[in-house]
Amino acid sequence: MTALTKLPHAKAATVFNRDEPRVDWHDETLWFVRTKRDRAAATVPQWEDLREAASQIKNHVLSNMHDLLVQFEQNAIANGITVHWAADAAEHNATVHRILQDNSIRQMVKSKSMLTEECHLNDYLAEQGIEVIDSDLGERIVQFRGEPPSHIVLPAIHLTRADVGETFHKHLGTDAGATDPQYLTEAARQHLRDTFLTRKAALTGVNFAIAETGGFVVCTNEGNADMGVHLADVHIASMGFEKIIPRPEHLGVFLRLLARSATGQPITTFSSHFHRPRNGQQMHVIIVDNGRSRQLGRPDFRNSLKCIRCAACLNTCPVYRRSGGFSYHSAISGPIGSILAPNLDMKQNADLPFASTLCGSCTNVCPVKIDIHEQLYKWRQVLMQEGYGPPAKTAAMQAMASVLASPKLYRLAGRAGRGVLRFAPVLADNRLNPWAIHREMPAPPTQSFRDWYVDNEQLPINSEEKTEPQQSH
Amino acid sequence: MLASIRANQPDLMPLPNTFQFGVNYPDLLTTFAEILTGIGGQVIEVADYEAIADHVRAYYGVTDNWATTLPELAHLADVDLTTITDPHDLARLNLAIIGGELGVAENGAIWVDERHLPHRALPMITQYLAIVIRQSTLVATMHDAYDRLTVNATGFGTFVAGPSKTADIEQSLVIGAHGARGLTVYVLTDS
Repeated sequence: MTALTKLPHAKAATVFNRDEPRVDWHDETLWFVRTKRDRAAATVPQWEDLREAASQIKNHVLSNMHDLLVQFEQNAIANGITVHWAADAAEHNATVHRILQDNSIRQMVKSKSMLTEECHLNDYLAEQGIEVIDSDLGERIVQFRGEPPSHIVLPAIHLTRADVGETFHKHLGTDAGATDPQYLTEAARQHLRDTFLTRKAALTGVNFAIAETGGFVVCTNEGNADMGVHLADVHIASMGFEKIIPRPEHLGVFLRLLARSATGQPITTFSSHFHRPRNGQQMHVIIVDNGRSRQLGRPDFRNSLKCIRCAACLNTCPVYRRSGGFSYHSAISGPIGSILAPNLDMKQNADLPFASTLCGSCTNVCPVKIDIHEQLYKWRQVLMQEGYGPPAKTAAMQAMASVLASPKLYRLAGRAGRGVLRFAPVLADNRLNPWAIHREMPAPPTQSFRDWYVDNEQLPINSEEKTEPQQSH
Repeated sequence: MLASIRANQPDLMPLPNTFQFGVNYPDLLTTFAEILTGIGGQVIEVADYEAIADHVRAYYGVTDNWATTLPELAHLADVDLTTITDPHDLARLNLAIIGGELGVAENGAIWVDERHLPHRALPMITQYLAIVIRQSTLVATMHDAYDRLTVNATGFGTFVAGPSKTADIEQSLVIGAHGARGLTVYVLTDS
């Protein structure tokens, strides 16, 4: 897999926007998924009550995390599952490698797991000489292309059928120029069926882990997680610790919300509940922290850990739809990724909370009621205070602060600005001024409000003196 | 890691008592059939196993590599699942007919677990899948399903909702990704 582009979001979005028809297509495709979500949500009479219940269950989980995880571990061990703890990505990756080494396995099939993207597991295992094949169709497509997924639910949403046809022609020998999704999917089915039948180890993600019963649930539409693990000798399931829920009946809430929020389906095709390994099989669960406990300790940001990875916030986001997943240069893109990523690395991800209009649509569609847009706003303040703001913006803000602090400077600057706009508008209205690229500069007023007030009211103003606000009556 | 979690977690918040929200469908079977058809499955109402056998013969035609876990339909099958020990040997199956524990009207999902599955891979690895359920087992919502189920009664159980599918190529729906290419659900109606 190639390294993610490290261009800041706004620059990467500019690159993405050079191909306007493609941006329009991307925008419309994701909006289509959003409208499917709306229709599905409307079929559930108590949708808002369900969201509130899901939110409350997750709030409880965050507040009882330690005990629920201990309970899960005990019950999973009693079920014959081996439980591993990994403090960070490196420990997670090393654990996977050790399990494979213990079983003398050099090839593994993997279904969708954003956690392994976050940990860069594929790259690590490749360095150890282990071959990993991603079995989700979208993930296989991007893996062939040496790209990461651009969306957490629809990994290849940035590609057209022609792109996929070209990729499969190169890697699977399909007909040149073929673009029929049915034909291309069939080619992948045959290729991956062979993979499923020959791999001794399969790794899956975890959608929900149940403390009370020590089992876990994996949801797919393609059946690829099941095909992988039921035919393998070793099943490894990787989970961020926040995937825990207290009891099986809580799945009723989350499975009613998850697929409807994600793609507008009433439920995923397979919602598989794993409690014990099958005869002769090993089942491992790796519980990963990787910064999550730090996020749990941030009162303003902890409830980002309620996320069930449905991607509704990506599909609805006017910025995501028009900038593409890669512009976020983080395993999880879009609004939710932008409030998770700064916790992982403030410096590298300082641009992401600014990749938003703060319109709040993400918060409105979130099935577990994460206040995403409020957290985006709060991260901006934290990042600027911690000194991670973009240098140009920091300098501009400091200049503006000194201008606003001095009435004399403020008047001078206002006069200069009006003069420029009136007599030399090109100085402001040019491509060097990022503000003016997509905006008309305003027509300059002939005088400032202060000058007008002085002229009309003839009141003495001494702005150097601090005056008390006057009572109106 | 656990110590850091304990140190950082907020004060205990209560678990909500109310988290089940029922839906009153006038007719569970009608809704179940509508939803399942909408997600690519096929629902056939039948009076008895004889009717299932007739439909299987007519719909799937004469072929080989059939298997079933249902004694009432065993005479149709040419593969005896009890003789298979390695799930990889299931790769040649064209059709598997299994029983299901219950069906959920709101989403067309059917619960199957190891009481219905001699091999966990069976419902995914077969080219075509058919599931037989009784009308009396239909419930309205997932809440009702979990009330009736013991999810850890066996080591593995899954809700199957329609044939396997993907829309990963330009959001175009394709039925038959890695799991079964088609799903027929036979509902034995209450008589």
